[in-house]
Amino acid sequence: MKNLKKVTKQQLFLPIFCLFLVLLVNLLKDPSFFGISINNGVLYGRIIDVLNRGSEIAILAVGQTLVVAVSAGTDISVGSVMSLAACGTCMVLAGFGVNTTSTIQVPLIIGILFGVALGGLCGAFNGALVAKLKIQPMVATLILYTAARAIGLLFCNNQITYIRYEPYKYLGNFLPGCPIPTPIFVTIAVIIVVMLFLKKTALGTYIQSVGINSRAAKIAGLNSDMICFMCYLICGICAGMAGMVASSRIYCADSNNIGLNYELDAILAVALGGNSLGGGRFNMAGSIIGAYTIQAITTTLLAMGVSTDQAPVVKAIIVILIVVVQSPVFKSWLGKRQAKRLALSKEAA
Amino acid sequence: MENDELITMRDITKTFPGVIALDHAQLTLRKGEIHALMGENGAGKSTIIKCLTGVYNRDSGEVHMEGVEGNINCHSTEDAQKIGIATVYQEVNLCPNLTVAENLFIGREPRTKAGFIDWKQMNRNAKKVMDGLEISIDVTQTLENYSIAIQQMVAIARAVDRDCRALILDEPTSSLDDKEVEKLFRVMRQLRDKGVGIIFVTHFLEQVYEVCDRITVMRNGAFVGEYTVAELPRVKLVAAMLGKDFDDLAAIKNETMASADGEVLLVCDGMSHKGTIKPFNFKIRKGEVVGITGLLGSGRSEMVRCIYGADKSQSGKETMKGEELKIKAPIDSIRKGMGYLPDDRKADGCIGDLSVRENIILALQARQGMFHTIPRAKQNEIADEFIRELSIKTPSRETALKQLSGGNQQKVIIARWLATHPDLLILDEPTRGIDIGTKTEIQKMILKLAGEGMSVIFISSEIDEMLRTCSRMCVMRDGEKVGEIDHELTQENVMKAIAGGGN
Amino acid sequence: MKTKKKINSNNLLIMITIIMFIVMYAIGCFVYAGKGFAHVQTFLNLFITNAGLICVACGMTCVMLTGGIDISVGSLIAMDCMILAHGMGVQGWPCIPTIILILVIGVIFGLVQGFLIGYLNIQPFITTMAGMFFARGMTAVICTDQLSITQEQNALFYSWANAKIYLPAFLGYTNNKGKVMTPYVRPTVIIALLVVVVIFIVLKYTKFGRSIYAVGGNETSATMMGLNVKRTKLFAYILSSFLCSIGGICYCLNTMSGSVQQAKGFEMDAIASSVIGGTLLTGGVGNVIGSLFGVMINGTINTLVTTNGKLLSSWANIATAALLCFFIILQSVFAYFKNRNN
Repeated sequence: MKNLKKVTKQQLFLPIFCLFLVLLVNLLKDPSFFGISINNGVLYGRIIDVLNRGSEIAILAVGQTLVVAVSAGTDISVGSVMSLAACGTCMVLAGFGVNTTSTIQVPLIIGILFGVALGGLCGAFNGALVAKLKIQPMVATLILYTAARAIGLLFCNNQITYIRYEPYKYLGNFLPGCPIPTPIFVTIAVIIVVMLFLKKTALGTYIQSVGINSRAAKIAGLNSDMICFMCYLICGICAGMAGMVASSRIYCADSNNIGLNYELDAILAVALGGNSLGGGRFNMAGSIIGAYTIQAITTTLLAMGVSTDQAPVVKAIIVILIVVVQSPVFKSWLGKRQAKRLALSKEAA
Repeated sequence: MENDELITMRDITKTFPGVIALDHAQLTLRKGEIHALMGENGAGKSTIIKCLTGVYNRDSGEVHMEGVEGNINCHSTEDAQKIGIATVYQEVNLCPNLTVAENLFIGREPRTKAGFIDWKQMNRNAKKVMDGLEISIDVTQTLENYSIAIQQMVAIARAVDRDCRALILDEPTSSLDDKEVEKLFRVMRQLRDKGVGIIFVTHFLEQVYEVCDRITVMRNGAFVGEYTVAELPRVKLVAAMLGKDFDDLAAIKNETMASADGEVLLVCDGMSHKGTIKPFNFKIRKGEVVGITGLLGSGRSEMVRCIYGADKSQSGKETMKGEELKIKAPIDSIRKGMGYLPDDRKADGCIGDLSVRENIILALQARQGMFHTIPRAKQNEIADEFIRELSIKTPSRETALKQLSGGNQQKVIIARWLATHPDLLILDEPTRGIDIGTKTEIQKMILKLAGEGMSVIFISSEIDEMLRTCSRMCVMRDGEKVGEIDHELTQENVMKAIAGGGN
Repeated sequence: MKTKKKINSNNLLIMITIIMFIVMYAIGCFVYAGKGFAHVQTFLNLFITNAGLICVACGMTCVMLTGGIDISVGSLIAMDCMILAHGMGVQGWPCIPTIILILVIGVIFGLVQGFLIGYLNIQPFITTMAGMFFARGMTAVICTDQLSITQEQNALFYSWANAKIYLPAFLGYTNNKGKVMTPYVRPTVIIALLVVVVIFIVLKYTKFGRSIYAVGGNETSATMMGLNVKRTKLFAYILSSFLCSIGGICYCLNTMSGSVQQAKGFEMDAIASSVIGGTLLTGGVGNVIGSLFGVMINGTINTLVTTNGKLLSSWANIATAALLCFFIILQSVFAYFKNRNN
């Protein structure tokens, strides 16, 4: 019993357990879930699908983890920022006012960097409001949650802008000659870059210190405001990156649909990853496992006939369950019940 | 119960897991008196008050109140309020966004016949109540428009309006300036003259002698004595609070070094911080150990926080090694070679979820900057070195800090600052909560560091400790530095200095 | 004793709001006079179009006063409209029982959210976000198509939707065809204004209302003064969802349809209206009159954009977000100065 308790207390227990559950359900329902085949030189299979389509959520989860850890708040603008970044890139590539093109006006790399930079700008805006003006994170990010999508629509002159230029599709689909979907590479790259930055600099420790006890961190010499700002900046850059992948998938900028509801998935990934939504210590690996678990859940629900519009019901219930179990009130109530049971059993004995 | 006694508390005992908070304590409050309750850290002042007002349930003992049958046992503040005991805390427990009138009457507002709140009547009643205390303010304004002093009056008015016979004021003057304190005292005297018994919890010596009739001193959870103000000289009061028998003071001279010839390291000129420390001058030389003494709340911590930059100084200037310092945040001080161990280790020191190693290297890392990480091997080395030197009891250097005992947590935070090899090390109560053996080690360590050229500012509630290590003492009282002693450092002289003038 | 003038920062915020509304509306009247902006009907249309938002904004104000937030309102409205459309249209339920069902659902929704927030101390944002996605998903579960409510399906509901309550004729104008256009309002406007009056009375004259302000001002103090903080929060969220249901009915009377995409971003409008109306995000300050003006400003922006005809509707969103940003920063600045003075 004690060993079981030890295992469940590990931070990675929750995400791995949930992932295991989802995979189990799929296995029981349809063993071909795990099948991988190669058609036309590219990999196919449900597992590949999950890894592929979960890329955006995983990238978002990386940034969201830092925001939650440092400020105990959430950035709900990430979905809208994805859309804005996509619109910005497509506008720059196609030229303003043009809604379909097969040639690009600026080099592809400039276009993509522009999108990522837009994301970073949004992140900086959020960071300034939260870190400098001390506005609650939910409220501060609420502004871009509404405005970003609308601004993106303006960039694209209220139309869906198509980029029918072949190399643009590489980012979200396949590089020529490579069987593995590119988004998987992009995700791995983002994870490696961020992890390197966190570990090779002291930022990882700083973020946790500020999140756990920002007063003590300040006395120890840390610049709490700057660290908070940087986390939101990174989150914005991640959102921009995710927007690039999403846009490249469908080789257009569909302002209304790109990134729709992705903020819930990102937050859910962080919570599922065993990270406390109250800030402090964080585990990036947990968030990433959580992200793919959610994608697996979405895929499973789709396979069971639950549409993308209906899936949020299940996700909402999961988020509430996790948050309730994590809440101190619930934990102390549970503790009291256990103490009562212990006392009763001692009396009986 | 004697005729003029209002509340008697006898033999009160209260324990928490691992600590005896109250040990057969007692308290007597008479009608129409202002009674000071004094004691240092851990004396049990707030615990005994909480036992009286129902916040805590005492383990044993008797509480009697005039006019109430039997042994009183309050289980909540409402219970206490019902028998006429009201409390006003240091943090004004009112709602700043509501009007004065509303704060006075919330929960028991006058109603119209239709059952709705009658604002006109409430405002009228409120005006009457405030006028009764001789405070004419516009009761329809929101509370936050008024100064803290007025807000406290409103809190007192609310308590008093509900027919209280005993009023407990918990450190009410900490955030007030002299004029506001006068107003508060006027109200207190008015209530006393009406027969209300007031318990005045405070550590401001001058105020006690100005407005109180009697004093009860507590120490380490036990009752030390009850005295009338008129008959107790200040020095005896200080001695009682610090647990020294005045007549029994051995002249414990310190055998240490005089290092009055070293070069000057730090000079503070007229620095101050609004509300916490009045303008002060301070100087320390290389290799010197200076103690800062005074009662709790006299401004010791506030002065060093100002020196370090944890609270930005709002006047004057600070010079280190001849160069003027512009301190905007603690990191500036750290870069100039200062280190500061705060007295509230939980709020200002411990980063609970981080490991012992991470806590130890944190300030050092902050000084080096985010991009120059200390290599893991070096971190391990530093952590192990201090775990060994300070005898920190921990399963491993990777254990989370919150799992260590309080004393060991303290040692880790000390290690954090030692790791930065500062030129000036400020230690605010470094030995609080630490066992005797380690206390001595720390004192030895301070002397060793001073011998190696480090300057140390040392704050402790234990005068003996400071006498053994310091060559000079700054004396604080009531929020300002009142003097220095650099020769004839004895317990007797120190306590006289703390107690101040008047007999 | 020195007391500050009656004009403190909170009153200042509301004054800025009211002035902003008058200025905006005046600009509209000047610039678009030719397009009929200056008619009384345009002003009344503000109320007709936004009757639902007024109800929801009142509920949002109550919740924000406690220091919380409720972002599930838009999705709850969508769910209500879908239930009305599907229930009355497809299932053939009679009008009144369906409406009662909607109100009951609103109460239960608020009960669950209020319990999680008030008693389990879960962050309001996360709780109501889960509520938002739950309701939006349930809307799709009920039906994924867009449904409309026609006269045949429910004559009573249809009649309410199209009823006109006329105002005195002298307020009208004669159009270029010689016909007298008397201004009118619809029943939803009466409902919305009634809601404002009732909530105003509740917030100012009942113990529950004052408890909401106290809890938002300082929770610890409120507890020490003997108020039941948990219960106050619970009822605040029940009230919000209940008013949201009423707002949903008004909204449905306007759109006469139900779809999965309905009322997207509505919560933003409600929050923006409250904040622009002077409700502090930190809680404890605000009132429904200010929120009413906030809704008016929101409506005016939308009307200005549509009257222009050439501007994309996105501009309305951006303008609202910009105003919200402006007021949030303004509140933060005022709070900074207040702290400094203390």
